[in-house]
Amino acid sequence: MEITTRKEKQVIVVSLQGRLDAVTAPELERRLSALIVQGELFFLLNMNGLEYISSAGLRGILATAKKLKEKQGKIVFAGLKGTVEEVFKISGFLSIFTAFDSEEAALRTME
Amino acid sequence: METLLSTVLPARLEHLEELVKSVSDCARSQGFDRKRIGEIELAVEEAFVNICRYSYPGKTGDAAISCRLDNNRFMIEIADSGIPFDITQLSDPDITAPAEARGIGGLGIFLVKKMMDAVTYRREGDRNVLNLIVMKEEER
Repeated sequence: MEITTRKEKQVIVVSLQGRLDAVTAPELERRLSALIVQGELFFLLNMNGLEYISSAGLRGILATAKKLKEKQGKIVFAGLKGTVEEVFKISGFLSIFTAFDSEEAALRTME
Repeated sequence: METLLSTVLPARLEHLEELVKSVSDCARSQGFDRKRIGEIELAVEEAFVNICRYSYPGKTGDAAISCRLDNNRFMIEIADSGIPFDITQLSDPDITAPAEARGIGGLGIFLVKKMMDAVTYRREGDRNVLNLIVMKEEER
């Protein structure tokens, strides 16, 4: 999996490419944790390039969301599609997180 | 019943990719579409990772995987000889709980049950035998 991050004003935009599974999820969680430790509070995960997510990926996202909640931070999503969107839906993640159609739409509301 | 794939792997995460690819190729050869293959990959990962994490506490062991075709049923059997564990008896997680109240367990098994047409478990001697069943669509 490829994880790319950049900062747009106060928002860290994380673009994911490939597969978020039991092998790659710990890497994403580490990257996000490190950014939170550095003081980052607002995250936008762009899932447009993500082909696959398993419960390990969901767990990593949940752990990150809990850390952010404690600090009054926030994590939102953009570009959910196919099986990734289905997994989000089945797990109830669509009712606990905000998902936008596009990165642009998400950034507009986070400004 | 036709056996399409049969393999034994050490129950360690480093073998996940290889296993998922084998089963995925097998499902593709049976004509499943991309979406269904994604769901099959997910179910196989969750079942295998569960074995890696919980079946052999303090020691190592194997997982035996086979794919079979029985009429229009594509069956993925995943067996281990670890501690008895029937995932079909596990209660579903509360998917309506807010993020801060969410536990981290149970989601994987829940996804397996949701994605597959049927999931069966049997204890056979000292083995856990899990069967993931996917119905093939009618030929069009």
